[in-house]
Amino acid sequence: MSAQTKPQTHVDLKGLLCPMPVVRISQAIKQIPVGATIEAVASDPGVVADIPAWARSTGHELVTMEKLSDKEFRFVVKRLK
Amino acid sequence: MSRSDPSKSKRLAMIASQGTLDWAYPPFILGSTAVAMGWEVGIYFTFYGLTLLKRKIAAAVTPLGNPAMPMKMPFGPAGFQDIVWPIPTAVMSVPGFGALATTLMKKTFKNKNVATVEELRDICVAGGARLIACEMTIDVFGFKREDFIDGVEFGGAAAFLEYAGDADISLFT
Repeated sequence: MSAQTKPQTHVDLKGLLCPMPVVRISQAIKQIPVGATIEAVASDPGVVADIPAWARSTGHELVTMEKLSDKEFRFVVKRLK
Repeated sequence: MSRSDPSKSKRLAMIASQGTLDWAYPPFILGSTAVAMGWEVGIYFTFYGLTLLKRKIAAAVTPLGNPAMPMKMPFGPAGFQDIVWPIPTAVMSVPGFGALATTLMKKTFKNKNVATVEELRDICVAGGARLIACEMTIDVFGFKREDFIDGVEFGGAAAFLEYAGDADISLFT
């Protein structure tokens, strides 16, 4: 990942269950400028379906989604608007 | 799932007609999520759903008449917590059993770190969701407007239908 795209904001979604991961990431992305990226790590497996759906619906770009372990899912989302 | 179009804002219209703890969650979970997705949200509270607009939500739950509700203990060793207890209907009707079941469900939700109904409602309100209280039911059941949280609107069936008529999704919960 290049220096320009390295996420500067991190949001910890671990321990949160539906709907809170989506609620929290939607609140966090409003705090960063358009074009910046945010990194989130969640533990609820439901986020694998929910965060991409949220990103598609809101028009933000899901840059990365990776499973770090059975209880850790990492996302990088770029704010597009 | 692939038909999301972020250029078109969606509207979600819901009716919340139930006031028990289990039924309190769906409208506020969906409402807070829709707000997070940038949607317009309106929830019409009618009949027992009106109790969800009170400042302090006193929603309870009982397995009586809810035969699919799993009765598990939210404490003790893992194997013990996995046991689904067969509760005879006669026991469910013993005074205090409903309070016990409510305590157990709230404890289970808290253990799992599920947000409270009040927290989810706050997220809906902060996100601009419209909460509309049914005028007729207020009169019939003798609710007081001052018992409700600030920002509640009041209206009838026509007001909801007009709003829902322009909704992309309408749900009855």
